[in-house]
Amino acid sequence: MGVSLTKAAQWTTGGKLEFTSMNETLLREILSFVEELGSRHPQEAEQVLKEPLRWSTTLTASDFKTDYDISDSGVQSHEKDAEGRPLLQLCPPTVNVRSFGQLCKLVHLAADKKLDELRACLEENRDAMVQMFGNGLEKEDNQTDVPRLVKEEEDEVKVKLFHLVQNLDELLIKKLLKEITETVELDCATVNNDVESLKELCRDGEKPALESIRFTSDYEFSNGCRAPLWRQVHGEICYLVVEPCDTETLYITCSNTAVFLNAGIKQEVEESGYERTSDTYKDLLTLLKSRSPHFAEHMNKQKIKAGEFDEMNEKGQEKESYRQREKNVNEKTRKHHVPRKRSAEKKYEPCPRWKNLGLMSPCGKAEEKKPKSSGLEKVQGSGARSRMKAEFSLSSLPGRLSSQKIKTPAGAMELSSESSSESEEEEEQSERRLESNTDLPPEYWQIQKLVKYLKGGDQTATVLTLCAMLDFNLMQETCQLAIRDVGGLEVLINLLDTDEVKCKIGSLKILRKISHNVQIRQAIVDLGGLQSIVKILDSPVKDLKALAAETIASVTRFRRARRTVRQYGGIKKLVSLLHCVPNLASLTAHQQKDVEVARCGALALWSCSKSTKNKEAIRKAGGVPLLGRLLKSPHENMLIPVVGTLQECASEESYRTAIQKEGMIKDLVKNLSSDNEELQMHCANALFKCAADKQTRDLVRNYKGLQPLVSLLAKVNNKQLLAAATGAIWKCSISVENVAEFQKYNVLESLVDLLTDQPEGVLVNVVGALGEFAQIPASKTTIRKCGGIKPLVDLLNGTNQALLVNVTKTVGACATDQDNMAIIDQLDGVRLVWSLLKNPSSDVQSSAAWALCPCIENAKDAGEMVRSLVGGLELIVNLLKSTNKEVLASICAAIAKIAKDKENLAVLTDHGVVPLLAKLTNTTDDMLRRHLAEAVGHCCMWGSNRASFGEAGAVAPLVRYLKSKDHRVHQSTAMALYQLSKDPNNCITMHEKGVVKVEEQEDMPVNHNNRSCICFCLTLKLTKL
Amino acid sequence: MAYNKRDMSLFNASSCHGNGVFTSPVEWRSIESHIVCFFFFLIKSEMSSMNRKIIHTLAESISKQVDHFSKTEVECLIREFNLLLGEPVSTGRTVSGLDKERFRSILHNNFGLTDDMIMDLVFRTFDKDNDSFVSVKEWIEGLSIFLRGTLEEKIKYCFQVYDLNGDHYISREEMFHMLKNSLIRQPTEEDPDEGIKDLVEITLKRMDHDHDGRLSFADFEKAVKDENLLLEAFGTCLPDIMSADAFELRVFQEPAEL
Repeated sequence: MGVSLTKAAQWTTGGKLEFTSMNETLLREILSFVEELGSRHPQEAEQVLKEPLRWSTTLTASDFKTDYDISDSGVQSHEKDAEGRPLLQLCPPTVNVRSFGQLCKLVHLAADKKLDELRACLEENRDAMVQMFGNGLEKEDNQTDVPRLVKEEEDEVKVKLFHLVQNLDELLIKKLLKEITETVELDCATVNNDVESLKELCRDGEKPALESIRFTSDYEFSNGCRAPLWRQVHGEICYLVVEPCDTETLYITCSNTAVFLNAGIKQEVEESGYERTSDTYKDLLTLLKSRSPHFAEHMNKQKIKAGEFDEMNEKGQEKESYRQREKNVNEKTRKHHVPRKRSAEKKYEPCPRWKNLGLMSPCGKAEEKKPKSSGLEKVQGSGARSRMKAEFSLSSLPGRLSSQKIKTPAGAMELSSESSSESEEEEEQSERRLESNTDLPPEYWQIQKLVKYLKGGDQTATVLTLCAMLDFNLMQETCQLAIRDVGGLEVLINLLDTDEVKCKIGSLKILRKISHNVQIRQAIVDLGGLQSIVKILDSPVKDLKALAAETIASVTRFRRARRTVRQYGGIKKLVSLLHCVPNLASLTAHQQKDVEVARCGALALWSCSKSTKNKEAIRKAGGVPLLGRLLKSPHENMLIPVVGTLQECASEESYRTAIQKEGMIKDLVKNLSSDNEELQMHCANALFKCAADKQTRDLVRNYKGLQPLVSLLAKVNNKQLLAAATGAIWKCSISVENVAEFQKYNVLESLVDLLTDQPEGVLVNVVGALGEFAQIPASKTTIRKCGGIKPLVDLLNGTNQALLVNVTKTVGACATDQDNMAIIDQLDGVRLVWSLLKNPSSDVQSSAAWALCPCIENAKDAGEMVRSLVGGLELIVNLLKSTNKEVLASICAAIAKIAKDKENLAVLTDHGVVPLLAKLTNTTDDMLRRHLAEAVGHCCMWGSNRASFGEAGAVAPLVRYLKSKDHRVHQSTAMALYQLSKDPNNCITMHEKGVVKVEEQEDMPVNHNNRSCICFCLTLKLTKL
Repeated sequence: MAYNKRDMSLFNASSCHGNGVFTSPVEWRSIESHIVCFFFFLIKSEMSSMNRKIIHTLAESISKQVDHFSKTEVECLIREFNLLLGEPVSTGRTVSGLDKERFRSILHNNFGLTDDMIMDLVFRTFDKDNDSFVSVKEWIEGLSIFLRGTLEEKIKYCFQVYDLNGDHYISREEMFHMLKNSLIRQPTEEDPDEGIKDLVEITLKRMDHDHDGRLSFADFEKAVKDENLLLEAFGTCLPDIMSADAFELRVFQEPAEL
């Protein structure tokens, strides 16, 4: 009852027993013990306890019956002890019980409330053992105490009772452990075992259970985990990539609580993708069985083998379970409620530097406590360490799940290159505090002490304390949160408003580091720290300015912070930091500092420029020319933030013009040939965004920027760089001159090579570039010869909409070549393109419809091919109900091509193409008009469609098309009118609407063909009338 | 052994103050006599051309020995010195420089230093010949570091300031002495000095690289170079940038009016 209560039971902070199943079991056991004690061991039950058990009860005097003296004030039992005190005494709401016998009776009286009574009793008598038997038995696990007790007190009954209680204690612990071991978990060894066995299965003959299974990382930490340290904090052990035979590749996270699918961690170092995307499974086999039917089947078939496999696992687990049993007890001796487990231990290792310094004073004590109470634990391997009771981890699971999403690796600068950074905002999170009843790390206490000194120290003491604080590993989350939790953040921010330069410097040096933590960033903004930091930008002290800018750079990684900076005039101040002479060969110390300040300013602007309004503010503050000047700096550490800012801002039209006008293209091109890949990437990204403009494209060519871009394609390992470079190539290749230049460097071959095994970010750009190249007939042949058609068609199976738009466009462009079309047809490309009409994105729909046109035009047996696509025509006709003009235009164009085949036209007509087209005729969009007229013209060729168009009122609007300024509209309209005029009623309508007048007034350069068409239709009309 | 060597170098450094200013004691005498002449002169005639000439020559000789000031700046500083010196005290021998009281008030008014103890220490450091007065030469040499010293010079200067007993070590006790008023004492605590003691320990552990329980100059230098904030670890003994700039602006920009 001693050990089990103090250590195995789960207590809340308020000293209450938690309502967990563990505690429930424990209570029931104790209850049955108490109830049985009275009957089984009457002698022991009457033994008077040393101190009464006292608690507040819900029982009232009325609950007591005979054997009790019931008075107004309370209840007393008849039985008294040697000194005449009643064995049970009730003074509502407190009750005193001096023997187990009375306790038993009381419990009996309490009837259905007995569990609650017992719970209250245990909660209020935390040292029940001592109360019952006195201090001599405090260390109840120490057997030598019993003889001593016997000698001293000579009281057999008491000793017997003591043994009884101790037996109960043992029983309880065993029972609890059994429960724990049932919910055994994974650890590194188990996972490794599983993976090894599964690898065996992969090699298993002709029909392996799995294609492959591998770890994402070959590196194994000393604790057996393979996950990066910052993920281990979440209890994750390793990540696996499994290719089953029947389904798509599975990306699996093994954590010490469960196994589940993640969002796709392919490589060792990934920033994202750690979130859970599936249910959790208890182990790897279960997950694989449920995900891969083939695997499950395979495992069932080879039952013997699988049996062995399981047996092997079980053996391992048996071995572990004993250790775990002990471990659990020990674990609990340390922590009553442990939400963190191994990861916590990992995290709370004191910073080695402090260890060396021996700065242990109060914290040293905490450190010593651990080994004392967990002597056994030390002997056990790290495998056992990772095991904990499932229930514990479950209770902490919600917290952990939410923290998974919010975590960015502390310290890893994630200044991303992606263009539209607004989308990748970090979400604001609820606070997560170090839980008060866990073992706090030694750093916590040290930091708490330092913050105390900060609060009560003068300037000198403050500076010394700040320096001491800087010695902590401030990139460690424990330290970051500790500073916040002990109220250090407020003090640090207060220091920013003082006049003491040194204090401000020290404070900023700390803030700069701890603000890598998301929660700290938010806390700083919440506390109004950002305003103070922005104010410091005005300081005459350069070190201060630089530090403030650097801190801003790290704090403004979320939108609210960026807005705050703008609202307090920070952008203007930051821009003014950029004034310096960056490109002098030799700088004085002062100038060097200016350059440093400018660099930090650029860093801050880079970070701030992720908000659109800030981009505008930077431009208004005159930042663009200053950035242009800094762009001439020879130093990479200056160039990276500058180009970073520029490429971020280049999403705005105004910046693109400015970048071109300020002559920055030249410098950007120059830096493409830098040695620094990050710089190259930002330059390429900037060009990617700027090259949408024709003049810029020409400038890039003139500054000989095309070749460096092509040479970047060789850096296949740096995907971000590759994406940026291919993006720039794509946009540059919009100019025909550039395409010709590019072809000198055989860029098509390189691009086609990049069509496989690349991330989508790269693919989109590569395919986009190919699409531009394919506008030139020679390129189409080259693409085919390089084997580019097949990967392109394969990409039609993708899901990325941006990619699909580009792929369909490129496939369409390629399809204009007969030979290419043959290959596409052979690969069933048309069906794939067609099926993309079902895509929810209207961009993809229209792009696919445009691509269909050349496909249908150039396919050998187009009519037959179209008919073979079941439901295809209905799909196309239905798209005429779209509201998107681009989709409508493209669909009309496709219908015009399809309608060339009479049979297909008949089907189209059946699906009601005529009224749908007629409905659209009121449009004013020239693009749509042109293709619509074309479609109408072709659809007239079947049955009574001409009359139907007339009845649907399509003729009059069509006549109006002739007033359009676009001669291509005239051409197709003339065609349509010509066809329609074959129906006499339509001719009348046309005449009424004044076709002749329109034609005569027309002084546009209508080409001869048109004129003749219209003339023809007019003549026709006249003859009929 | 290495220990002694460092010791020696420190001794050398502190005795000739960085630049090896004094080539011989004779020269020093001559400067002293210059000053004395100059003061006599000052008393007799107000601002004569003669006076200017003397200041000029004095400035010339000093500026050769001081790194961070030009000749004209030295002249300005001499004038400022005279101004601060004001009326020489009563009769008898003319005073040879600023005494402690006066120096303190200069530090306080011009450079915003507040701690009396530190100001005394600064005085002691300025007053190289230990005659309880800061002479014009000591004044200019001191200011050269005070206002424009390089990091190395400032490290040496600060170390001298903090080395209370001049044994070339900053001991635990010295630290405690300098920091004893830097924390609000909590009356509730058993030992009100506990916080300061702890702070001293933390600082000592951080800066004492050779682990001998005291700070040698090498320890101090290394610690400051690692973290510049530790330059004035035990009390502000340098002006902050703003007041230094203000002082320079005032003294150097003003045309000679005397």
